[in-house]
Amino acid sequence: MAAKARPVAIMGNFKDPDTLLQAVREVRTRGYRFFEVYTPYPVHGLEQTMGLRRSKLPYISFAGGVLGLATALLLQWWTGAVDYRLNIGGKPFFAWEFSVPVDFELTVLFTAFATVFGFLALCRLPRWYSDYQHDPGFRAATDDTFVLAVESRDPLFSLEQTRALLEQLGAEDVRLVEA
Amino acid sequence: MAHIAEPVTAARLDQEPFREPLVLGDLTPHDITEKIASIVERPASWKYWLTLSITGLAAAWGIFAIGYTIATGIGVWGLNNPVAWGWDITNFVWWIGIGHAGTLISAILHLFRQRWRTAINRSAEAMTIFAVLCAGLFPLIHLGRPWFAYWLIPYPNQMQMWVNFRSPLVWDVFAVTTYLTVSILFWYLGLIPDLATVRNYVRRRLPKALYTFFSLGWVGAARHWQHYEIAYLILAAISTPLVLSVHSVVSFDFSVSILPGWHTTIFPPYFVAGAIFSGFAMVLTLVLIARWVLNLQDIITLKHIDNMNRILLATGMMVGYAYLMEFFVAMYSGNEYERYVFLNRAFGPYGWAYWTMVFCNVAVPQLFWSRRLRRNVVVTFIASILVNVGMWFERFVIIVTSLHRDFLPASWDYYAPTWVEVSIYIGTLGIFFTLFLLFAKYIPIIAISEVKAILPHAQPKHHVGAEVA
Repeated sequence: MAAKARPVAIMGNFKDPDTLLQAVREVRTRGYRFFEVYTPYPVHGLEQTMGLRRSKLPYISFAGGVLGLATALLLQWWTGAVDYRLNIGGKPFFAWEFSVPVDFELTVLFTAFATVFGFLALCRLPRWYSDYQHDPGFRAATDDTFVLAVESRDPLFSLEQTRALLEQLGAEDVRLVEA
Repeated sequence: MAHIAEPVTAARLDQEPFREPLVLGDLTPHDITEKIASIVERPASWKYWLTLSITGLAAAWGIFAIGYTIATGIGVWGLNNPVAWGWDITNFVWWIGIGHAGTLISAILHLFRQRWRTAINRSAEAMTIFAVLCAGLFPLIHLGRPWFAYWLIPYPNQMQMWVNFRSPLVWDVFAVTTYLTVSILFWYLGLIPDLATVRNYVRRRLPKALYTFFSLGWVGAARHWQHYEIAYLILAAISTPLVLSVHSVVSFDFSVSILPGWHTTIFPPYFVAGAIFSGFAMVLTLVLIARWVLNLQDIITLKHIDNMNRILLATGMMVGYAYLMEFFVAMYSGNEYERYVFLNRAFGPYGWAYWTMVFCNVAVPQLFWSRRLRRNVVVTFIASILVNVGMWFERFVIIVTSLHRDFLPASWDYYAPTWVEVSIYIGTLGIFFTLFLLFAKYIPIIAISEVKAILPHAQPKHHVGAEVA
């Protein structure tokens, strides 16, 4: 509590997805770069309007899958055909045919882990603190409200003009959030 | 011939939707939060605690029977020399099968953009996890010395031995553990936004701290949603073949052997169809109870029940086709052992089990040709239970009738379970329903964010973004 509160963002709430998209479009075309939208569910078209780049997650998942397949093949070949050669009914010590079920399962398993942990890493989660967490209007973003936050680190950020812009774009409860 | 329209007022026409809505009662996003998150906050009714104590008692009884088995040895079961697999493996396959609907609903229906899945996917996924946990118990207990279960996992050890990757039983270990792990990951990923919703909804300190911890600090940022949707899509894409593989691998436990009645190539698709069939039946049983107890009729609508009943009808007929085809192939093969096994199945000492199976799995779903019956809650509830009875008997018939009369008539025998096996089965039902009840109370039972996203005015009418990008 001792630290001095500094402004971190100006926020406005929206109830209607169309107004929200229009506002985001406006904020972006005005030249703002550091802004974020918080929504209770994914809103179609928002990422294009915000100009977000495609997620890199598929590459991480793919790498996980390749690692899983390689692990499965190496494990089955090395344990069966190199380290512990046991003749069972004259079956080969290693053959790709019988390795398929385990190859498949480990590929899927590693892909799933890579996807979930990759997702968390890309989102920088878990993160149990947010500059906005004490703002009641912000907490409504997990309920039924879209929150547009223009961050104070944006070069165009201005206590008066940014606030006026959000109000003009139809935001409700436009407010300064400090942390 | 021209179509003759019935006279109608303009107001009446406006009210008529082009499509049946997925959510009834004009609920707003806030209503959805309120409806689902409040289940966590408000005290449970006496009905809940009564049910929980009954299922808890059943679970405790089953755990006692498991303890008795482990302490004494599996000689306390009714297994004998030709019939080395009885209720234990029947229950294993049955539970695994039930565990198929959850991921099917989450993954396959997601890829096919079946938006009605949003009302039921969360509870179906939870059900999957609990069913697979119950399933996993049986092979473990059947080991006789379950404290050596870790020998199934390949790890460097002082015995300098490795597992035998040529054995379908090892494939099964990989398939089932992978399925359990991936199902939990998928379920948890879907839960993160909803746990955040509950975090922001609850007031009491301890629940708030727990939901805060498990929601990992999710705030619903558009950047996060973007990664989230991709992650969900990838998990759906890899879970789709995974679902189909798990029961295929389970069926290899049988079909790779040389026993007549098990050694057939139809097993993988036949097992998968049966798994989906029984899984949907169990989802229906649970969802019908949940929607009644928790007042979710607006979210889990008759349309949802209708759709699930259609899947029951379709998969039930696939299973029926498999029953016929097995007989045909046995006849056509010209192999006398094969022929005998199938005649013995239908007309031998276990014929009663065979015909129970045919009645429940083939005859009962035929009711659902009728739209009226598909939308009748009572009929659906009874049918869903009968289907699971039938599917239990299917596994019993496959396992026990194939084993009890093998190649050598001198070793033929009849198998009946002891009270211990029956108790363990009842115990797993208790564990399953106890876990499900705890889930229904403490974890959002409906995918809140997904249901909000399919409400009528949830999405922008036109994508202004398309012009910018």
